[in-house]
Amino acid sequence: MTKVKKFGMYLFLCIVSFISVFPLYWMVSAATNKSAEVISGRLVPGTYFIQNLKNLMANQNIGRALGNSFKYSIILTVVSLVICSLAGYGFEIYHDKAKDVVMSIILLAMMVPFVATMIPLFQMVSKAGWLNTTIGFILPTISTPFLIMMFRQSARSFPHDIMEAARIDGLSELRIFFQMFMPTMKSTYAAAMTITFMNAWNSYLWPKVIMTDATSQTMPMVVANLTEGYVTDYGMLMLAVLICTLPTAIVFFCLQNAFAEGITGAVK
Amino acid sequence: MSKPSKKLTLSKKHNLTGWAFLAPGAILILIMSFIPMIRALLLSFQSGVGAQMKPCGIMNYTRMFKDTVFIQSIKNTFFYLIIQVPVMLIFALILASILNNKDLKFKGLFRTMIFLPCATSLVAYAIIFRSLFANNGLVNLVLVNLGILDQPYSFLTNTTSARIVIIIALLWRWTGYNMVFYLSGLQNIEYSVYEAAKIDGASAVQSFFRITIPLLKPTILLTAIMSTNGTLQLFDESVNLTSGGPANTSITMSHYIYDMSFKYVPNFGYSAAMSFLILILVAILAFLQMKVGDKRD
Repeated sequence: MTKVKKFGMYLFLCIVSFISVFPLYWMVSAATNKSAEVISGRLVPGTYFIQNLKNLMANQNIGRALGNSFKYSIILTVVSLVICSLAGYGFEIYHDKAKDVVMSIILLAMMVPFVATMIPLFQMVSKAGWLNTTIGFILPTISTPFLIMMFRQSARSFPHDIMEAARIDGLSELRIFFQMFMPTMKSTYAAAMTITFMNAWNSYLWPKVIMTDATSQTMPMVVANLTEGYVTDYGMLMLAVLICTLPTAIVFFCLQNAFAEGITGAVK
Repeated sequence: MSKPSKKLTLSKKHNLTGWAFLAPGAILILIMSFIPMIRALLLSFQSGVGAQMKPCGIMNYTRMFKDTVFIQSIKNTFFYLIIQVPVMLIFALILASILNNKDLKFKGLFRTMIFLPCATSLVAYAIIFRSLFANNGLVNLVLVNLGILDQPYSFLTNTTSARIVIIIALLWRWTGYNMVFYLSGLQNIEYSVYEAAKIDGASAVQSFFRITIPLLKPTILLTAIMSTNGTLQLFDESVNLTSGGPANTSITMSHYIYDMSFKYVPNFGYSAAMSFLILILVAILAFLQMKVGDKRD
């Protein structure tokens, strides 16, 4: 490769990386500055962080919203991973014609947009008295075709002879799943966990529909509430945005490599 | 003698165990996806408020085509779809093939930085972009200081610019995500194929079109379907970035359906009819994409 070309390539990557990172940097620096300073274009981190935090706490119940978001997202992730990996494993390890047909029907559900099922789901959840509850939040997305597909794909690489050996040793099917499949599929679980947790944390439309009570609102809902009104306190707003982003960012960073690996498996 | 029959029961048991494993997941999808879909279809032929729903024939469907806001929301959604999805996918492909280069330094760092926007919550990034493009936001400040603009331009209250800001935000958030899919797909292609092409005198552009794109086709199809599906359901950005404004000219279909069902006097029948139209659109587009994807074989 010529030197000019190489330079052009690095320059291009640097520009793209800058554009990718800059809004996030701006968010962090704005969270530590006064609103007036943010408007005047100050880009260096300031010393107003504590005051922004105080303003934010006085304006919205951030602790409660964070607690709710963590509760809903963690419960959804755990339940969803167990149910979907069981299903993906079932489809692959015990597969026959009938199960393959069921699997292709399930994949069709991937095409169903959420708005198309939202109103009947809302009616169902409200009839059951599950508005403003964790179960109402998690029910529609516990089992997703995408995760089932991912686990089915990874179960393909689970060695059959080991299973046979375990069966001869008298291990029950369920124990083979929990004691042998789960530990060997760590990277798939990590990828599935990243995707599920991030989707759960980010979900906005469904909680907006069913969390009618202020006490059960999630973090993204509370952040969105802050933009209502005429004057925006940018320092406070960006601090809220930062707090809302941190959990997903942390999960993402810890599991980034596993995520890429898991996707590689799904794409194969 | 009893051996064959015992084997049968064993395989039957095996078969049943399989069903038991997949039952919870499959039943949940049936109850949470397929049954609501059918109920939405039934609901779309009814009108009324709350529990007092009456059959109304195809009235909801005829109303839809006279509803200027709904037609606007379809146009907007397709505007986002037609511009954003191809631009994003091409851009992601280019970035992925650059990052796949073996000689590149700081590969991991570039990948992480470009993928970073995916770590933000949807509401969060919508609000970041809303603030950056506000009248007193940073973009205006920079443009005015550089002398490109005389006075701040109201990006979010002008129709065209509001739509473009949504597209820019979407590109920012999702390009890296799609890039990771392509990078994973590229790992399945032997790097020696590229080296052989180079020895045979193929330029980088040629190997991009002749090797990368054909071999990545299944991944491209997957990302195209996922992005189309996602764009047709846009909600968070429309609500939090532009509030659908000015005067509903940047509103998306999902946003309008939400407003119709939960913000104004609830009209579930009409909303169900509109949501069913989205379902049909998603199905048609996915079908078309799969057809196009098959043809190039």
